[in-house]
Amino acid sequence: MDKLEIRNLVKIYGHNTDKALEMLKNGAENDEIRQKTKQVVGVRDVSFSVKSGESFVIMGLSGSGKSTLLRCINQLIKPTAGEIYLDGENLFAMPPRQLLEVRRKRMGMVFQRFALLPHRTIADNVAYGLEVQAVKRAERKQQAMQAIELVGLKGWEDSYPHNLSGGMQQRVGIARALATNPDILLMDEPFSALDPLIRQDMQDELLEIQKKLQKTIIFITHDLDEALKIGERIALMKDARVVQMGEPEDILLSPATEYVARFVEHVDRTRALTASAVMIKPRAAVYPKDGPLTALHLMEKYGISGLFVTDRAGHLMGYLMADDASRLVKKGEKQLVNALNKDVPTASPETPLADLLDILARTQIPIAVVDEDQVLKGILVRGPVIAGLAGERSGE
Amino acid sequence: MDIIPRIPINKWTDTGIKSLQTRFADAFDSMTEFLRNFIEGFQERLLSIPPEVLILIIALLAWRFTNKKVALFSVIGLYLVHNMQLWNPTMETLAMVFIAVFICMVIGLPLGILGAKNQTAHKIIMPVLDFMQTLPAFVYLLPAVTFFGLGVVPGVIATLIFAMPPVIRLTDLGIKQVPEELVELGKSFGSTFFQMLFKIELPLARPTIMAGINQCIMLSLSMVVVAAMIGAKGLGGEVWRGIQRMEIGDGFEAGLAIVVIAIVLDRITQSFGKSN
Repeated sequence: MDKLEIRNLVKIYGHNTDKALEMLKNGAENDEIRQKTKQVVGVRDVSFSVKSGESFVIMGLSGSGKSTLLRCINQLIKPTAGEIYLDGENLFAMPPRQLLEVRRKRMGMVFQRFALLPHRTIADNVAYGLEVQAVKRAERKQQAMQAIELVGLKGWEDSYPHNLSGGMQQRVGIARALATNPDILLMDEPFSALDPLIRQDMQDELLEIQKKLQKTIIFITHDLDEALKIGERIALMKDARVVQMGEPEDILLSPATEYVARFVEHVDRTRALTASAVMIKPRAAVYPKDGPLTALHLMEKYGISGLFVTDRAGHLMGYLMADDASRLVKKGEKQLVNALNKDVPTASPETPLADLLDILARTQIPIAVVDEDQVLKGILVRGPVIAGLAGERSGE
Repeated sequence: MDIIPRIPINKWTDTGIKSLQTRFADAFDSMTEFLRNFIEGFQERLLSIPPEVLILIIALLAWRFTNKKVALFSVIGLYLVHNMQLWNPTMETLAMVFIAVFICMVIGLPLGILGAKNQTAHKIIMPVLDFMQTLPAFVYLLPAVTFFGLGVVPGVIATLIFAMPPVIRLTDLGIKQVPEELVELGKSFGSTFFQMLFKIELPLARPTIMAGINQCIMLSLSMVVVAAMIGAKGLGGEVWRGIQRMEIGDGFEAGLAIVVIAIVLDRITQSFGKSN
């Protein structure tokens, strides 16, 4: 079931939004609306839904409306129109008292510049959300300590924020958001203010925490590499609209607009692309149905010098070279097994290309992509991999 | 030239004050009575402490909240005041200043918060503060006397008018200066109005608010001499008497005592804004 669903959300800044909203509904552009009504469009007609436990990244450059969109979700910014459903309840129509409870118990927010209270210790910062809910001191302390340990800051609970480095401060921010045990984490460019190396560590750590806790995460970033790393799905925003939404590889390999294409141009594709995105369909001989003669015939037909061999269920058995196959034919042997090269390089579908490039450079035979049951899913050969890195969808 | 007839603001003021006086005479009387008891009670309390003990207490406070230098200055300065036989008027002045500052805070802090939270209130409060700060003190000194009689009470009232604006202004400013992200933090975790105020806004605004209170103290001290002209005794009374009798030396001594008190109070209250 969808945890969060946003339908036709619109935010227009200004005092007189009625006319602007009407123009927007009739398809007027942002600039036209601004010139005619002096109202500024922050988010226009955005709809998406996020599943429980999913990491959803909203990506865009500054001014694209991504932060506004995030703040509309917890109503820090009141949307102009639209619906926001959390577990089927419309937040937009919720009375203030109830909304307060939603903010307290079901949503946690992480801020770009950490937003730690300088006059409070780390433990008291982390416990803020609990304190607001009037949780008893002892319980508060215990829950805060759990969150502090989770982000690896044990031993720092009595320090003050100014004693901590940026990365550590943001860990406090994350711990604070987790301490109330919310369903949804709203993360507003949480790592943008950090040094690149620290940023990567924090990304890894977030993924680690996410593996354990399975929160629903709405993550804002302007960094495509980060979006590709964190997001199971990504929405790309420009000029207050979502221009493309999909899984990381969809966005990389089939950009919907010129704008997205320009965006993805500079991405480190070796990290962003996984084996499954650039593998091609295997042309495998199936044992024992096919003998050496069939195998040779297939190689000839496709102009290749070897074949993967699987059993009937698709489990990888090995690689058959053309020379070995013809030797078998000369001997009149029907059994492929003895001629198979069993020492083939393999990869899982999720392996990033970065980890495979040097194997691909050294090996003479393709890399076999197999799932956890050793079933052959596809193969990696140089041509399509290079095409994928260059930004083209691999041919079948 | 005289298309518009003269607008009789003076007459209006006169009648306004007169009608206030007659209509609320009892209220003003009881208020005066209450304030006088309050102030004089506090003066007696201060005077009942032996000078040496009070000097020691103030020096310890200075040491605790600032540094040894300020503590040493307090001891020397206050002893000098004692030595000049100005201890009693000094305590009278101190009591007046404390009470005035206390009332300024009781009224000023909530008004400052209101101004920061409500744009309409802000628009009403600010011009009133401009008015209070720029209207010459002598103009409201006389009405103060007509309402509250001669003595220490009108002196405190005049001090309130003069010294309250910085408390309101800087409370308002301090709260508005709280970084947007911290305000969002409070809201996003579901804080109520008062939780925002006491857990986030006031603690972060504290240095600015303390600067306002510090200014309030300094301005109160500077009103001491003016208030003496309507019978509010204390160090101001000594200065005023010195001026009237051309006893320049006596006047200077009392002035020096005011400076000592001012510096000690300033340094101690400034430190409240800084330390954690």
